[in-house]
Amino acid sequence: MNLVRTITEVSERIVETPSTVTLRFRFPPPAAPGQFVMIWIPGDDELPMSLSYTGDPKGVTIKAMGSSSRGALSIADGTLVGIRGPYGNRFDLSPSRVLLVGGGSGTAVLAPAAEAAARKGSRIVAALGATTGAELLFEDRLRAIAESVEVATDDGSVGHHGYVTDVSRRLLSEQSFDAVWTCGPEVMMQKVIAAALPRQIPVFCSMERQMKCAMGMCDACALGPYHVCTDGPVFPSHQLTALPEFGRTKRDSSGRRVPL
Amino acid sequence: MADLRTTVAGLPFRNPLWLASGIWGESGNSLKGAWDAGAGGVVTKSIGSQPRMGYPNPTIETYEKWGMLNAMGLPNPGIDEYPQEIAVARAAGAAVIGSVFGADADEFATLAARMAATGVVALELNLSCPHAKGLGSEIGQDPDQVRDVVRAVKRAVRIPVIAKITPNHFDPASLAAAAESAGADAISAINTIRALSIDVQLRRPVLANGLGGLSGPAIKPVGLACVWQIFDRVKIPIVGVGGIQQPDDVLEYVLAGARAVELGTAVAFEGIGVFSRLARELSQRLDTLQVSRIEELVGAAHTVSARS
Repeated sequence: MNLVRTITEVSERIVETPSTVTLRFRFPPPAAPGQFVMIWIPGDDELPMSLSYTGDPKGVTIKAMGSSSRGALSIADGTLVGIRGPYGNRFDLSPSRVLLVGGGSGTAVLAPAAEAAARKGSRIVAALGATTGAELLFEDRLRAIAESVEVATDDGSVGHHGYVTDVSRRLLSEQSFDAVWTCGPEVMMQKVIAAALPRQIPVFCSMERQMKCAMGMCDACALGPYHVCTDGPVFPSHQLTALPEFGRTKRDSSGRRVPL
Repeated sequence: MADLRTTVAGLPFRNPLWLASGIWGESGNSLKGAWDAGAGGVVTKSIGSQPRMGYPNPTIETYEKWGMLNAMGLPNPGIDEYPQEIAVARAAGAAVIGSVFGADADEFATLAARMAATGVVALELNLSCPHAKGLGSEIGQDPDQVRDVVRAVKRAVRIPVIAKITPNHFDPASLAAAAESAGADAISAINTIRALSIDVQLRRPVLANGLGGLSGPAIKPVGLACVWQIFDRVKIPIVGVGGIQQPDDVLEYVLAGARAVELGTAVAFEGIGVFSRLARELSQRLDTLQVSRIEELVGAAHTVSARS
């Protein structure tokens, strides 16, 4: 575990969609797809972010949600940020045929996993969802390596008019897969699991919880008996479906259970 | 195998290795996890009257080997929500010590009574958080306030009361003596040492709160000195805290006068497996030293004979 924070420059800032920005930076410690870093925006917050680029330069892709992530969106090239990590576990890249299901900015952590698996010879099929066409993340990046990419939008502006889970359910019924990797809203991931389970296809979910220390100490990211920072963030579905809070509640900064 | 069982304030513990407050203790599942991993007792996060979000990140700064700084800011779900978490840990059979913090004697007493009602075996009073305004060590560095708080809590509960003492004072033993005079059943020492880290490139403190508390191996000698001096000053049992990672760290604290110890930073550095490893290695170490019961060593480094 890399314990010490490194101060580094944002080498490039890329606007991916109207609400998401990628920040690239030099950060030498080796990282694997699925892992995350804590990125400190001096004067603002320090946020847990899955790596959307695990090579050099590394990168994170941030969606404007809270005030802190909005602050992170506005930082310019050359800004100094603090990085520590990488933390957490990784996607198992061995399955030979993988279905990706990405909801919104959840695709950020799936893209590097898909690229790494494709390099090793895995065949990738991707289903991406977003509120509207302009918000689809990393579609081109995935088209470059995937056998096929299908999209769904809430407003029907591009692709299937409806949920990405409609698309993934169909793909699961039409084709065979060795594994499903998913990241997005928990209700979406629950639906993905529900469709894959009867076919006995293992599903791996990248989870998000409030994080403070990121090293298995402070308990902020407690999820049932797990800590998302050290036991995750990638969880096999059977660990999640056993938890009453999965898809229902999270803990706020005080540790109180609140609805998702 | 040497006997690691210990008693503190009349309470039996299966081993002297407790989970320190602030580590893993926000959720009941994590308290249970620490107990299942072999902790002899588990101290909760410090709980207050209201839910408290704590400070913004960065809340920690870690050093490669010698420890870490933190300013979490006492985040906790509040006493209304917390009993359900304790219930999870108690259902697993855990010996739970409930930690509480307040702004004055009345608030401490009210919280203590509610915490005691959850079925915890003992209370630990946080008189020592070094970075919370109007709380923790701001109260705990005044012997009169320590006395008032402990006295009010002792009136409110029947279970043993442990006062956790700050090292950020010229004479921490005087704080322990004040707690004892008000009826405290045990002392735990030490909490973190007030500390600061500045990033030179950014020319600003790293922690969002600025000041934080230092923990880990760097503070072990300080913790030991406090326990040593407290042992000379009070008759009630002492729980040693600060920088414990190895069997001999535990034994140093015990020889200085501790009947149990708490582990915090070691959990972050090594993982929760530290409890079973340390229990195993501690027992082996005692065998090597031809000591059959760890309790034989309590305070043995003092010239005076060990007290029970």
